[in-house]
Amino acid sequence: MRRLVSDTLVIAERNLVRLPRSPDLLLAFTVQPIMFVLLFVYVFGGAISTPGYAYVDFLIPGIIVQNIAFGGFVTALGLNEDLHKGLIDRFRSLPMARPAVLAGRTLADVVTNSLSICVLVVTGLIIGFDFSAGVGDVIGGFGVLLLFGYAFSWVFALLGLLVNSPESANSLGFIAVFPLTFISSAFVPVQSMPEALRWFAENLNPFTVVVDAMRALWLGAPAGNSVWGAVAWSLGILAVFAPLAVRRYRHAAGGR
Amino acid sequence: MAATSQDLARGGAGDASIRVRGVVKRFDDVCALDGVDLEAETGSVLGLLGPNGAGKTTAVRVMTTLLKPDAGEIRVAGIDALRQAAELRERIGLAGQYAAVDENLTGAENLTMVGRLYGMPRAGARARAAELLERFDLTEAGGRPARGYSGGMRRRLDLAAALVARPPVLFLDEPTTGLDPRSRLALWGTIERLVAEGTTVLLTTQYLDEADRLADRIAVIDHGAVIADGTSNELKDRVGGERLEIHLSDAAQAAAVGDALAPMAAEAPFSEDGVVKLAVKQRTGAIVEAVRRLDEAGVGVDDVGLKRPTLDDVFLTLTGHAAEHAGDEAAEDNR
Repeated sequence: MRRLVSDTLVIAERNLVRLPRSPDLLLAFTVQPIMFVLLFVYVFGGAISTPGYAYVDFLIPGIIVQNIAFGGFVTALGLNEDLHKGLIDRFRSLPMARPAVLAGRTLADVVTNSLSICVLVVTGLIIGFDFSAGVGDVIGGFGVLLLFGYAFSWVFALLGLLVNSPESANSLGFIAVFPLTFISSAFVPVQSMPEALRWFAENLNPFTVVVDAMRALWLGAPAGNSVWGAVAWSLGILAVFAPLAVRRYRHAAGGR
Repeated sequence: MAATSQDLARGGAGDASIRVRGVVKRFDDVCALDGVDLEAETGSVLGLLGPNGAGKTTAVRVMTTLLKPDAGEIRVAGIDALRQAAELRERIGLAGQYAAVDENLTGAENLTMVGRLYGMPRAGARARAAELLERFDLTEAGGRPARGYSGGMRRRLDLAAALVARPPVLFLDEPTTGLDPRSRLALWGTIERLVAEGTTVLLTTQYLDEADRLADRIAVIDHGAVIADGTSNELKDRVGGERLEIHLSDAAQAAAVGDALAPMAAEAPFSEDGVVKLAVKQRTGAIVEAVRRLDEAGVGVDDVGLKRPTLDDVFLTLTGHAAEHAGDEAAEDNR
């Protein structure tokens, strides 16, 4: 167990040390989200009606949830690269705790996710976003975001281990996650959607649950069951995808 | 082949650092390893020679606990690779076909990471990394991300990573594939120094000269089975005696050589690009007799010599096909 913790930290460190050296990744964590916030607020914002909220207040929790879901992409791409460049073989030939390769990856994602949450919150605050909730709830919101992001990292870990190239990880992940984030309450009120989409967004899409939870925690919106729902969804995703990813890792690294 | 088990029986069984018996590994319907036996004594180099797709990489992966075989026994450094995989990983080093280094980390960070994953404390891992960088002539590059390294530097870093924990047994899977000749020679020197220090090395290669130079014993592997095993000289002896190599002034006279030398030939001559190779019945006096006969037949000769068979000849004779160099490297990657 001690080995698992220390090996996980070594791998997490490895994945973080490389960040400042990959300008493209840094851009993906900083400039790109800021760009989207600005585009949404100033281009679409005027055309989207969000009763009870200024659009910037409505948008920030939603766009942060979307961002956090994509944070796991680094894990998918990184694992895929490690697999094909023989690094996984090296790790497996070492007397290290096996799950540490995945656990370290996803732990590093928590750090990068924190970074991108901060960037987005600060951007939001500059252009007029306001927390309208108590300190405890705001902190709770950060917790929900990180937990949900962590759960999604495992989804991407599995994806990275399943596909043949970083390119297909990229396009598959995008195709799977992008529509989910849009057919949710993240960018527009679900009431404005056609009946079928609205039903999907309200009843099946975890993104709606998590975004609603964030609005409850940060804006004081009526919470309903959304906060517990967000936690339950996150734990559920973790419970399903973490074992699948670990199994796939054993399998993939073991050579078919 | 019968010779394989005889050769195995000869090697002192108690002294072996690597002992593999009857290992079978199937992928779906492909039999990658079909009852492989291998043995390497402590402090020796065992060369696993074979073309792409022969099963070399699979054999290494099985011996380094990366793959579970479907049948057979494997002991490495006295440890059962199947039942005590975790213990074994403490005692082996693996340098793979593609240099497995993290390109975004510096050379020093790569080695430190590996050290820490062996359970060394941070300071100890750093010190060991510095030591290895020095040894592999990478001190200067050690602070730069490995992405900017040349192929030779990457291989050296990869090899250094395999040596972090001073493993008594080292597995090198095609360590020089894709290297330029100078880096190749340098890496050979490094491997020879490691062996001189007592490390047991199992080396896979598709280069005959590499096996010839480095390996104490060579196992020739083809289609997942060891088809011959012995020292380089034993293998060459197996293919038969020495070959007369005649460089002709006029390539068109190759047929005339065959006729002129027929009485002294052990088998049919082989000719290519004005060079005729001919296995002779008797070594003594062969050159003099050949020159006399060729002179009588009016064949112009640039050079005549007696050559020991090369491992190329061995491979050709044993497998019925020539050793493939370079080319289709993807074949064995298909894991």
